[in-house]
Amino acid sequence: MLLRSAIDKYDVLYGTTTLGLAERDGLSDVVYLPDCNRSSITQAARCLAECWRLVRRTKPEVMITTGALPGLFCLVIARFSGARTIWIDSLANFEKPSMSGQFARYFSTLWLTQWENLARPKGPHYYGGLF
Amino acid sequence: MILVTVGTQLPFDRLIEIVDGAAPSVAQPVLAQTGCGQYVPRNIEWRQMIDPVEFAEILSRVSLIVAHAGIGTLLMAQKHQKPIIVFPRRASLGEHRNEHQLATVKALETRSGIYVAWTAEDVVGLLGQSLAPPPPLGSDFGKVQLLDKISSFIGGVGHKRDAAPRRPGLARTSERS
Repeated sequence: MLLRSAIDKYDVLYGTTTLGLAERDGLSDVVYLPDCNRSSITQAARCLAECWRLVRRTKPEVMITTGALPGLFCLVIARFSGARTIWIDSLANFEKPSMSGQFARYFSTLWLTQWENLARPKGPHYYGGLF
Repeated sequence: MILVTVGTQLPFDRLIEIVDGAAPSVAQPVLAQTGCGQYVPRNIEWRQMIDPVEFAEILSRVSLIVAHAGIGTLLMAQKHQKPIIVFPRRASLGEHRNEHQLATVKALETRSGIYVAWTAEDVVGLLGQSLAPPPPLGSDFGKVQLLDKISSFIGGVGHKRDAAPRRPGLARTSERS
């Protein structure tokens, strides 16, 4: 949502796991996904199925996510569907890219970190951050 | 008012309990969003979940935030220019999946308006002080750079649909009127 000013000019569909965020930010084109993390396999499987349906139906040209696991699912599926993908690693990871971020590198066209100290020549790349 | 929040994904009763214990000697009313914790506070007002619209409204009028080291919360504190006491979750105590919250607070410790509490005593001590809010963001340079990069990566001139969105199969997509 914090990227809005960069992408508002495109046809954007937002996906989130938090009910009410869309209302707070005045967005109309939003789809909700069930949340999950690597602690619960059944939840993750349910989430994966939802992500699959979402990406296959909407066929995005570009997919942008900051993670975590639901975002990674969508990113991988979107990449295999031919979309260009951007992974922006969460600010929460200062010492090393997040676990999902390390998987995401293999499926992202553009692999970004928001911390300069984590940038490497082969990625993740640093162009700036929200902090 | 003081707002305590521990996010909505994982319980963090240790922090709620510390603030609840200290509340009788704190001059201001305290409201806690306890998330999926089990602990029932005795001295403070509490809600399990506050929806984002109301949460933003509450944030705009609190004088202080006490929170886990969640990035979402830290960004909100910055946005609303509120001082924040940050008490990191510890994976060693089963409070998160790894120790990234310790790394986060180390990275942000020197920023003004962010007050890191390493122990329960730190939390209580900081609650007794009057804490200055962060200054307004001097420059959005980092954000602008990031957004420029993303914009140029996507490329094209951008095209926005002007008709109502038709996305068959997305039952929960809210419709534009």
